Amino acid sequence: MTFSPKGLLQPRVRDLPPSGIRKFFDLVNEMKDAISLSVGEPDFVTPWRVREAGIYSLEQGHTHYSPNAGFQQLRQSIARYLSRSIGTDYDPANEIIVTVGGSEAIDLALRAVAGPGDEVIIPEPSFVAYKPCATLTGATAVSLPLDEKDQFKLTPEKLQSVLTDRTKAIIFPFPNNPTGAIMTREDIEKIVPILADRDILVLSDEIYSELSYDGPHVSISTFPGMRNRTVVMNGFSKAFAMTGWRLGYAAGHPDIIGAMYKIHQYGIMCAPTTAQYAGIEALDHCMDEVAEMSREYNRRRRVMLKGFRDAGMDCFEAMGAFYLFPLVRVTGMTSAEFCEKLLMEEKVALVPGEAFGDCGHGFVRACYAYSVDNITEAMVRVKRFVEKYRK
Amino acid sequence: MEEILEVLEKNGRQTPAEIATMLGKTEAEVAAAIADFEARHVINAYTAIINWDLTGTERVTALIEVKLTPERDRGFDKVAERIYNFPEVKSCYLMSGGFDLTVVIEDTTMKEVALFVAEKLAPVPGVTSTATHFILKKYKDKGFVFGTPTVDDREHVIL
Repeated sequence: MTFSPKGLLQPRVRDLPPSGIRKFFDLVNEMKDAISLSVGEPDFVTPWRVREAGIYSLEQGHTHYSPNAGFQQLRQSIARYLSRSIGTDYDPANEIIVTVGGSEAIDLALRAVAGPGDEVIIPEPSFVAYKPCATLTGATAVSLPLDEKDQFKLTPEKLQSVLTDRTKAIIFPFPNNPTGAIMTREDIEKIVPILADRDILVLSDEIYSELSYDGPHVSISTFPGMRNRTVVMNGFSKAFAMTGWRLGYAAGHPDIIGAMYKIHQYGIMCAPTTAQYAGIEALDHCMDEVAEMSREYNRRRRVMLKGFRDAGMDCFEAMGAFYLFPLVRVTGMTSAEFCEKLLMEEKVALVPGEAFGDCGHGFVRACYAYSVDNITEAMVRVKRFVEKYRK
Repeated sequence: MEEILEVLEKNGRQTPAEIATMLGKTEAEVAAAIADFEARHVINAYTAIINWDLTGTERVTALIEVKLTPERDRGFDKVAERIYNFPEVKSCYLMSGGFDLTVVIEDTTMKEVALFVAEKLAPVPGVTSTATHFILKKYKDKGFVFGTPTVDDREHVIL
């Protein structure tokens, strides 16, 4: 009898569709001289004093496991940071867990609460991992398409339209990848009454919280009745340019964090020790560097926005993260065609919007974590391309 | 408007139009602010940061610690002025600590530098001693690291 590994696969994993943009990225990787605005991470290197703290911890021989939930000193630093940045207080003893990147926090939170028969609401377009992570728990991932006319914000009407008795959790992904949308205090005020009297967990992915250009980021956890209903998920990747260190955290009600802790301690043990020492230095001493990087992103954001609009592409003014999400309809192409042609003809790589949910069709994601020179040159090429194919 | 200085300090070639886009201001506002900075000597010059080691040009840089006797009523300023007016002097700073002035000299050869110190700098009235240190290699200047250019090695992960 021939051995068939495929037959062993768990159906939920087997049926998980592969990423639609893998092929496109393979193409981008082959084109070494292309200007790629398609990655999703800072171009800055981790601030030196953070790197140096990591190196020092290695010199001191700190090469062992940390406590499962992360070093107490780091959890204390996270608690202080959350208190001063978003204004929500958490007990480092049982309300904070250190994870392997923000991604693990998302996975843990979903696995802690969702299962077969449950529904998890996922506003889209959004980060590619939410839906698969929700699906893998056995729950139903309910896509909630957001509109450009609402600047891709979550509106009360939209939220009401998908809530059911089976709704267990909602992902709250702001500032948003890929649209750059943010939720202001007024925006959140409108939806809190809908959530505050239901047993629904809000998984607030605040990984881009430091990259909010219209005043400080507002966390839904700070609204009346929402602290215990919210799991704040954040990390070091975007704010401190620490993507490769794989360090994140979640904060919330002790019962939820405790459940996440159980999955984490058996599956992961603990986040990388070196990264945790570096993380303490980052939170305690590097906020000036964070502010400087944020100011630089904001300048690039304006340069890129002007570039797309000068090229004749409609693009709403995104105020968060480091992405713009322009429309390609002026060319009459689908976003996939647009991206492929632009790459082949002008050697500029963008990501087709549908990679982030079906409602992303017709849009492309452009990342401005690149030098102003790179962005300026890319926009010259985009303009030439759009002028050639304008309908 | 201080942010204009932050942008120009990184790249002095950025035009007012470009800066206006970056900061969400009008070109006229930025141009006026720059003109004001120039008039008040907040901005003193626009230069290039050059790694002369990579050219064929022979250049020697020396950092000289100078001790001074201050002048009555005028302190160190008058003596410093007599020193920094020499074109060979690229930088001149009043210091706290064990000596008074740091003088940075750039010239073509070590001998030229030594002659300048012996014949021009040391005899200035008020100069009581000098200690000359030659710079052997510049690793970093004005915030820019000299060396191999950084390569964008970010991978296309799906996120």
